[in-house]
Amino acid sequence: MAGESVISEELNKLLNVEFGPEVYEIEKGMLKKFAEAIEDPNPRWLEEAPPTFPASLVPKELLNKLFNADIPLKRLLNGSSELEYFVPIKAGDVISVTAKLTRLRQVAGAEGPTLFMFTEMTYTNQRGEVAVKGKNTYIKY
Amino acid sequence: MAGQVYYEDIEAGSEIPALVKYPTTMQLVKYAGASGDYYQIHYDKDFAIANGLPGVIVHGWLTLSFLGQMVTDWLGEKGTLLKLNGSYRGMNKVHEDIICNGKVTKKYTEEDRNLARVEIWAENPQGEKTVTGTVVVTLPSRA
Repeated sequence: MAGESVISEELNKLLNVEFGPEVYEIEKGMLKKFAEAIEDPNPRWLEEAPPTFPASLVPKELLNKLFNADIPLKRLLNGSSELEYFVPIKAGDVISVTAKLTRLRQVAGAEGPTLFMFTEMTYTNQRGEVAVKGKNTYIKY
Repeated sequence: MAGQVYYEDIEAGSEIPALVKYPTTMQLVKYAGASGDYYQIHYDKDFAIANGLPGVIVHGWLTLSFLGQMVTDWLGEKGTLLKLNGSYRGMNKVHEDIICNGKVTKKYTEEDRNLARVEIWAENPQGEKTVTGTVVVTLPSRA
Protein backbone atom coordinates (compact mmCIF):
# COMPACT_ATOMS: atom_id res chain seq x y z
CA MET A 1 0.00 0.00 0.00
CA ALA A 2 1.19 3.47 -0.83
CA GLY A 3 -0.35 4.88 2.35
CA GLU A 4 -1.67 8.42 2.52
CA SER A 5 -1.62 10.31 -0.74
CA VAL A 6 1.15 12.85 -1.17
CA ILE A 7 -0.49 14.13 -4.35
CA SER A 8 -1.75 17.58 -3.49
CA GLU A 9 -4.62 19.41 -5.13
CA GLU A 10 -1.99 21.86 -6.41
CA LEU A 11 -0.24 19.03 -8.29
CA ASN A 12 -3.47 17.46 -9.52
CA LYS A 13 -4.52 20.77 -11.04
CA LEU A 14 -1.38 20.76 -13.21
CA LEU A 15 -2.35 17.51 -14.95
CA ASN A 16 -2.71 17.89 -18.72
CA VAL A 17 -2.33 21.65 -18.63
CA GLU A 18 -0.05 22.83 -21.41
CA PHE A 19 2.67 25.25 -20.31
CA GLY A 20 4.60 27.48 -22.68
CA PRO A 21 5.68 28.02 -25.28
CA GLU A 22 9.01 29.04 -23.85
CA VAL A 23 11.19 30.26 -26.68
CA TYR A 24 14.89 29.53 -27.10
CA GLU A 25 17.07 31.06 -29.81
CA ILE A 26 19.67 28.45 -30.66
CA GLU A 27 22.96 30.28 -30.89
CA LYS A 28 26.19 28.64 -32.01
CA GLY A 29 27.71 29.45 -28.65
CA MET A 30 25.00 27.44 -26.85
CA LEU A 31 25.73 24.40 -28.98
CA LYS A 32 29.46 24.74 -28.43
CA LYS A 33 29.04 25.17 -24.70
CA PHE A 34 26.79 22.12 -24.51
CA ALA A 35 29.13 19.95 -26.62
CA GLU A 36 32.08 21.06 -24.46
CA ALA A 37 30.15 20.25 -21.29
CA ILE A 38 29.38 16.70 -22.43
CA GLU A 39 32.94 16.48 -23.83
CA ASP A 40 31.82 15.28 -27.24
CA PRO A 41 34.45 16.52 -29.71
CA ASN A 42 32.43 15.76 -32.88
CA PRO A 43 32.70 18.95 -35.03
CA ARG A 44 29.15 18.34 -36.21
CA TRP A 45 27.90 19.79 -32.91
CA LEU A 46 29.19 23.24 -33.80
CA GLU A 47 26.24 23.64 -36.18
CA GLU A 48 23.76 21.00 -35.07
CA ALA A 49 22.38 20.04 -31.67
CA PRO A 50 23.73 16.80 -30.16
CA PRO A 51 21.08 14.23 -29.19
CA THR A 52 20.56 15.28 -25.57
CA PHE A 53 20.65 19.03 -26.22
CA PRO A 54 16.86 19.35 -25.71
CA ALA A 55 17.60 18.75 -22.00
CA SER A 56 18.89 22.32 -21.95
CA LEU A 57 15.69 23.76 -23.44
CA VAL A 58 14.00 23.63 -20.08
CA PRO A 59 10.25 24.15 -19.72
CA LYS A 60 10.89 26.23 -16.63
CA GLU A 61 7.34 27.18 -15.74
CA LEU A 62 6.12 23.59 -15.44
CA LEU A 63 9.28 22.26 -13.79
CA ASN A 64 9.36 25.04 -11.20
CA LYS A 65 5.77 24.18 -10.26
CA LEU A 66 6.56 20.46 -10.07
CA PHE A 67 9.82 20.76 -8.16
CA ASN A 68 8.57 23.39 -5.71
CA ALA A 69 5.14 21.91 -5.06
CA ASP A 70 4.30 21.91 -1.37
CA ILE A 71 4.31 18.15 -0.73
CA PRO A 72 6.00 16.13 2.02
CA LEU A 73 8.54 14.60 -0.39
CA LYS A 74 11.52 16.91 -0.78
CA ARG A 75 14.16 14.84 -2.53
CA LEU A 76 14.23 14.69 -6.30
CA LEU A 77 15.80 12.40 -8.89
CA ASN A 78 15.49 12.08 -12.62
CA GLY A 79 13.82 8.76 -13.46
CA SER A 80 13.97 8.44 -17.22
CA SER A 81 14.23 10.42 -20.43
CA GLU A 82 12.99 9.74 -23.91
CA LEU A 83 13.52 11.74 -27.10
CA GLU A 84 12.17 11.28 -30.60
CA TYR A 85 13.80 13.21 -33.43
CA PHE A 86 11.98 14.56 -36.47
CA VAL A 87 13.96 17.54 -37.76
CA PRO A 88 17.52 18.37 -36.65
CA ILE A 89 17.88 21.41 -34.37
CA LYS A 90 20.49 23.71 -35.88
CA ALA A 91 22.25 26.94 -35.01
CA GLY A 92 19.96 29.82 -35.91
CA ASP A 93 16.76 27.93 -35.11
CA VAL A 94 14.17 29.34 -32.76
CA ILE A 95 12.70 26.53 -30.69
CA SER A 96 9.42 26.84 -28.82
CA VAL A 97 9.01 24.39 -25.98
CA THR A 98 5.65 23.35 -24.63
CA ALA A 99 5.28 20.97 -21.71
CA LYS A 100 2.66 19.17 -19.73
CA LEU A 101 2.35 16.87 -16.77
CA THR A 102 0.57 13.75 -18.05
CA ARG A 103 0.44 11.46 -15.04
CA LEU A 104 1.14 11.25 -11.32
CA ARG A 105 1.76 7.90 -9.69
CA GLN A 106 2.48 7.23 -6.05
CA VAL A 107 4.11 3.97 -4.98
CA ALA A 108 5.35 2.67 -1.64
CA GLY A 109 9.14 2.72 -1.70
CA ALA A 110 11.56 1.16 0.77
CA GLU A 111 11.96 4.49 2.57
CA GLY A 112 8.37 5.64 2.29
CA PRO A 113 6.18 6.97 -0.48
CA THR A 114 7.67 7.75 -3.87
CA LEU A 115 5.97 9.95 -6.42
CA PHE A 116 6.54 9.57 -10.15
CA MET A 117 5.73 12.64 -12.24
CA PHE A 118 5.46 11.98 -15.99
CA THR A 119 5.97 14.91 -18.34
CA GLU A 120 5.87 15.40 -22.10
CA MET A 121 7.57 18.13 -24.09
CA THR A 122 7.27 19.28 -27.69
CA TYR A 123 10.08 21.26 -29.34
CA THR A 124 8.86 23.16 -32.40
CA ASN A 125 11.09 25.15 -34.74
CA GLN A 126 10.52 28.55 -36.37
CA ARG A 127 8.93 26.89 -39.42
CA GLY A 128 6.29 25.28 -37.22
CA GLU A 129 7.84 21.83 -37.64
CA VAL A 130 7.99 19.55 -34.62
CA ALA A 131 11.74 19.01 -34.28
CA VAL A 132 11.76 16.77 -31.22
CA LYS A 133 9.28 15.22 -28.83
CA GLY A 134 10.40 14.32 -25.34
CA LYS A 135 9.19 12.54 -22.25
CA ASN A 136 10.73 12.74 -18.83
CA THR A 137 9.91 11.10 -15.53
CA TYR A 138 10.84 12.81 -12.29
CA ILE A 139 10.91 11.06 -8.95
CA LYS A 140 10.12 12.73 -5.62
CA TYR A 141 10.93 10.66 -2.55
CA MET B 1 36.46 6.76 -35.39
CA ALA B 2 36.12 3.71 -37.61
CA GLY B 3 34.69 4.02 -41.12
CA GLN B 4 31.01 4.41 -41.96
CA VAL B 5 28.85 1.55 -40.71
CA TYR B 6 26.29 0.15 -43.18
CA TYR B 7 23.06 -1.77 -42.67
CA GLU B 8 24.65 -4.83 -44.27
CA ASP B 9 27.44 -4.79 -41.69
CA ILE B 10 25.24 -5.44 -38.67
CA GLU B 11 22.98 -8.14 -37.34
CA ALA B 12 21.12 -8.80 -34.11
CA GLY B 13 23.82 -9.26 -31.50
CA SER B 14 26.35 -6.93 -33.14
CA GLU B 15 28.08 -4.83 -30.54
CA ILE B 16 28.83 -1.20 -31.17
CA PRO B 17 32.17 0.26 -30.09
CA ALA B 18 32.18 1.02 -26.36
CA LEU B 19 32.98 4.48 -25.04
CA VAL B 20 34.53 5.16 -21.64
CA LYS B 21 34.08 8.52 -19.93
CA TYR B 22 35.50 9.84 -16.68
CA PRO B 23 33.39 12.73 -15.36
CA THR B 24 34.91 15.12 -12.85
CA THR B 25 33.18 17.59 -10.54
CA MET B 26 34.32 20.30 -12.96
CA GLN B 27 32.51 18.59 -15.80
CA LEU B 28 29.34 18.43 -13.72
CA VAL B 29 29.59 22.17 -13.06
CA LYS B 30 30.05 22.75 -16.80
CA TYR B 31 27.08 20.52 -17.56
CA ALA B 32 24.98 22.33 -14.95
CA GLY B 33 25.79 25.62 -16.66
CA ALA B 34 25.17 24.34 -20.18
CA SER B 35 21.93 22.53 -19.35
CA GLY B 36 20.51 24.86 -16.72
CA ASP B 37 20.19 21.95 -14.26
CA TYR B 38 21.57 23.49 -11.09
CA TYR B 39 20.23 20.88 -8.67
CA GLN B 40 22.88 20.86 -5.93
CA ILE B 41 23.23 17.06 -5.70
CA HIS B 42 25.43 17.38 -8.79
CA TYR B 43 28.09 19.73 -7.37
CA ASP B 44 27.54 20.40 -3.66
CA LYS B 45 28.87 17.41 -1.71
CA ASP B 46 27.38 18.51 1.64
CA PHE B 47 23.97 18.95 0.05
CA ALA B 48 24.23 15.58 -1.70
CA ILE B 49 25.18 13.77 1.52
CA ALA B 50 22.40 15.53 3.46
CA ASN B 51 20.05 14.15 0.79
CA GLY B 52 21.17 10.61 1.55
CA LEU B 53 23.46 10.27 -1.45
CA PRO B 54 27.01 8.91 -1.28
CA GLY B 55 28.38 12.22 -2.59
CA VAL B 56 28.07 14.29 -5.73
CA ILE B 57 26.38 12.23 -8.44
CA VAL B 58 26.49 12.54 -12.20
CA HIS B 59 23.42 14.03 -13.93
CA GLY B 60 21.43 11.20 -15.53
CA TRP B 61 21.19 13.37 -18.63
CA LEU B 62 24.99 13.63 -18.76
CA THR B 63 25.40 9.86 -18.71
CA LEU B 64 22.71 9.65 -21.39
CA SER B 65 24.73 12.23 -23.36
CA PHE B 66 27.73 9.89 -23.20
CA LEU B 67 25.55 7.09 -24.55
CA GLY B 68 24.36 9.49 -27.26
CA GLN B 69 27.97 10.20 -28.21
CA MET B 70 28.72 6.49 -28.44
CA VAL B 71 25.75 6.05 -30.78
CA THR B 72 26.42 9.08 -33.01
CA ASP B 73 30.13 8.17 -33.25
CA TRP B 74 29.03 4.73 -34.48
CA LEU B 75 26.37 6.11 -36.86
CA GLY B 76 28.87 8.36 -38.64
CA GLU B 77 27.69 10.97 -41.11
CA LYS B 78 25.19 8.79 -42.95
CA GLY B 79 23.31 7.19 -40.09
CA THR B 80 20.56 9.02 -38.23
CA LEU B 81 19.21 8.78 -34.73
CA LEU B 82 15.42 8.54 -34.58
CA LYS B 83 14.77 7.72 -30.93
CA LEU B 84 16.79 7.69 -27.74
CA ASN B 85 15.67 6.73 -24.28
CA GLY B 86 17.29 5.94 -20.98
CA SER B 87 16.17 4.91 -17.50
CA TYR B 88 18.30 6.06 -14.61
CA ARG B 89 18.65 2.91 -12.51
CA GLY B 90 21.69 3.64 -10.45
CA MET B 91 24.03 6.45 -9.65
CA ASN B 92 27.32 7.28 -11.28
CA LYS B 93 29.80 8.99 -8.99
CA VAL B 94 32.40 11.51 -10.13
CA HIS B 95 35.99 10.41 -10.67
CA GLU B 96 34.92 6.95 -11.77
CA ASP B 97 34.76 5.45 -15.23
CA ILE B 98 31.40 5.31 -16.96
CA ILE B 99 31.49 2.51 -19.50
CA CYS B 100 29.02 2.96 -22.35
CA ASN B 101 27.93 -0.11 -24.32
CA GLY B 102 25.48 -0.96 -27.07
CA LYS B 103 24.23 -4.05 -28.83
CA VAL B 104 21.95 -4.35 -31.86
CA THR B 105 18.80 -6.22 -30.90
CA LYS B 106 16.95 -6.04 -34.21
CA LYS B 107 17.40 -4.90 -37.80
CA TYR B 108 14.44 -4.34 -40.11
CA THR B 109 13.24 -2.32 -43.05
CA GLU B 110 10.21 -0.07 -42.94
CA GLU B 111 9.02 2.32 -45.65
CA ASP B 112 12.28 1.78 -47.58
CA ARG B 113 14.33 2.71 -44.56
CA ASN B 114 16.99 0.48 -43.02
CA LEU B 115 16.40 0.55 -39.30
CA ALA B 116 18.06 -0.93 -36.27
CA ARG B 117 17.10 -1.09 -32.64
CA VAL B 118 20.05 -0.96 -30.29
CA GLU B 119 20.09 -1.70 -26.59
CA ILE B 120 22.35 0.78 -24.78
CA TRP B 121 23.63 0.83 -21.24
CA ALA B 122 26.13 2.54 -18.99
CA GLU B 123 28.04 0.71 -16.29
CA ASN B 124 30.01 1.86 -13.29
CA PRO B 125 33.37 0.23 -12.43
CA GLN B 126 31.55 -2.32 -10.26
CA GLY B 127 29.75 -3.55 -13.39
CA GLU B 128 26.38 -2.24 -12.26
CA LYS B 129 24.13 -0.87 -14.99
CA THR B 130 23.36 2.71 -14.03
CA VAL B 131 21.50 3.75 -17.17
CA THR B 132 19.71 1.40 -19.56
CA GLY B 133 17.88 2.34 -22.70
CA THR B 134 17.35 1.86 -26.39
CA VAL B 135 17.92 3.78 -29.57
CA VAL B 136 16.30 3.42 -32.97
CA VAL B 137 18.49 4.42 -35.91
CA THR B 138 18.59 4.39 -39.68
CA LEU B 139 21.70 3.15 -41.42
CA PRO B 140 22.84 3.67 -45.01
CA SER B 141 22.87 0.70 -47.39
CA ARG B 142 25.77 -0.44 -49.53
CA ALA B 143 23.24 -1.30 -52.24
